[in-house]
Amino acid sequence: MRTLFKTGYRQDLRIWRHPGDILWYGLLGLVLLALPRLLGEFYIGELGAVYIFAIAGVGLMLLTGYTGLVNLGHAAFLGIGAYTNAVLLTAGWPYLLTLPASALLAAIAGVAIGIPTLRMSGLYLAIATLAFGQIVASVLEKWDSVTHGFNGLPVPIPEIFGFPIQGATGVYYTALVLLVAVLWIAANILRTPFGRALVAIRDSEVSARSMGINVALYKTIAFAVAAAMTGLAGALFAQYVNFLAPDSFDVLLSVQFLTIVFVGGIGSLQGVIYGALFVRLLPQGIALVRDDLPGHIGHLPGLEPSLFGLFLVLTILFQPTGIYGGWLRAKAWFQDFPLHRASGFRRQRTYARSERT
Amino acid sequence: MTDALRLLELIVNGAAGGCIYGLIALGFVLIYKATEVINFAQGDVMMLGGFAAFSFITWLGLNYWVGAALAVLTTAAFGYLLDVIVIRRVIGQPQFAVVMLTLGLGFIFRAVAGIAWGYDSVGYDTPFTNHTIKFGNFVLGYDSLSIIGGTVLLCAVLYLFFSRTRLGVAMQAASQNQLAAYYMGIPVRTIFSLIWAISAGVSGVAAILLTPVSMVDVNMGFLGIKAFAAAVLGGFGSIPGALVGGVVIGIAEQLAGFYLPAGFQDVTANVVLLATLILMPHGLFSQRIVKRV
Repeated sequence: MRTLFKTGYRQDLRIWRHPGDILWYGLLGLVLLALPRLLGEFYIGELGAVYIFAIAGVGLMLLTGYTGLVNLGHAAFLGIGAYTNAVLLTAGWPYLLTLPASALLAAIAGVAIGIPTLRMSGLYLAIATLAFGQIVASVLEKWDSVTHGFNGLPVPIPEIFGFPIQGATGVYYTALVLLVAVLWIAANILRTPFGRALVAIRDSEVSARSMGINVALYKTIAFAVAAAMTGLAGALFAQYVNFLAPDSFDVLLSVQFLTIVFVGGIGSLQGVIYGALFVRLLPQGIALVRDDLPGHIGHLPGLEPSLFGLFLVLTILFQPTGIYGGWLRAKAWFQDFPLHRASGFRRQRTYARSERT
Repeated sequence: MTDALRLLELIVNGAAGGCIYGLIALGFVLIYKATEVINFAQGDVMMLGGFAAFSFITWLGLNYWVGAALAVLTTAAFGYLLDVIVIRRVIGQPQFAVVMLTLGLGFIFRAVAGIAWGYDSVGYDTPFTNHTIKFGNFVLGYDSLSIIGGTVLLCAVLYLFFSRTRLGVAMQAASQNQLAAYYMGIPVRTIFSLIWAISAGVSGVAAILLTPVSMVDVNMGFLGIKAFAAAVLGGFGSIPGALVGGVVIGIAEQLAGFYLPAGFQDVTANVVLLATLILMPHGLFSQRIVKRV
């Protein structure tokens, strides 16, 4: 068991808590780089999708997990990023320009929904973002001249310095690099005054404002950053699916992103990775056991969304800190093995949360 | 047919559709006023009510009125149990926990309904199907009239209940100030569960009124999203506001479908919703109070 003695405030700001972190994350990085040589095409493709969802999840985690703004229209940003990438690539732009362009356009959309919703509290915001997501989905469906509607839009294969980025391996490496970059950006945001301000806004908007935090500005920036990250994920998503159809960016996808945040563990960047693994691997797990299930259970069309719903409900009722919280708990149990106390992680109840008086 | 008649017909049909939105929105508002929770599964509760009515009337072969009454009671009981078993556990958790919880419940309800009743649309005969009244050139369907009439009747009953009965006044008290209601000896928890029951029952009525116009199917819960627009337009704390908002949305949708290019009808409710939130966040019948620190 390692005990950290903090001797200065700088220690609190470090990304790596201790040298062991660098060792373990470095080893993990090497393994991930080597994986395409070890695993088959199918698994690499699935892992690439996990990374893409994790990038979007990091954006939503900043917004929902750290700033406390629920977004039920997150799939809209992914859709905007995906279509921007596909349309610009078709127009002949280089990949290194379409990626930032996708992020930028999504960020503009984020500001566009962020500014009018500044004064809204939790529930109103949830409804407004839900409506925003539906409007974007309708636009993607009906704006035939750009998105080709339900005929779909094929995504060209991009090149970086003459190397074509194609197949599962190409998407895997691009997504891995961008995921690391996004995680690094998010970790750095969280240790700056900006990140601290976001957490303050989440915990109490009134007290944040009275501490001199410009709530409106920070909320808007949070929306822009989250949308930009998700737009980037959208660009990669376009590469991953190769063929865009407007109905893939619906409410169910937004709920999947929120599942990443909630099941992974709200308010932790590690949780995003666990959540993304859960959301992407659950359908695969269902596919594996589908034929072994008794009767017709495995072939019911509503099985997958209902399992997402069920896990969401069970997480909120019984494990509100998500997978990451469970991991912390398990670690603590082993660390103080004979002296473990159940009350260490008891859920706190708050009764006074009201928006009225 | 002249333009004026055409317009009148659009308005009557819109008002009928809007009454359904209004009734679902009424469900949101009742729960929101009492517990500051929004039930994102309200539309799916309505869907369950529709299927309950279908089972009683078609499978058990009951009379339409008996089957409808039983379906409303079943849905109300379901709402009561939903609060007692699930929702009550998350009181005191952050609000988005409840949002996610009810969203998740909605997905589960949809899947359960798909397993129990299948994914095909179903319908049953009502006394209002395929009957019309003619005033000269102007044709009105019994179905639209029954929706409007049923909504007005239900609202009158609810109004009398909330203003004239002991239980209704107790509910108002619990909505206004929980703590004071506790001190007066009102069983606030039970009252909240009963409000969930009324809200579910109202959406059950909405499902039954809707049946002559559109079939019952698993995805009819998505009407709930449009009902948000009605509730927000009405100010989210106001019961008459929810109904007026619903009627406005319904008429706006019909007019958009007729006068604007295809595709605008689907987004009308959402555009009205966003516009209301941006321009007039307190809605038409404001009931919101700014939080005091």
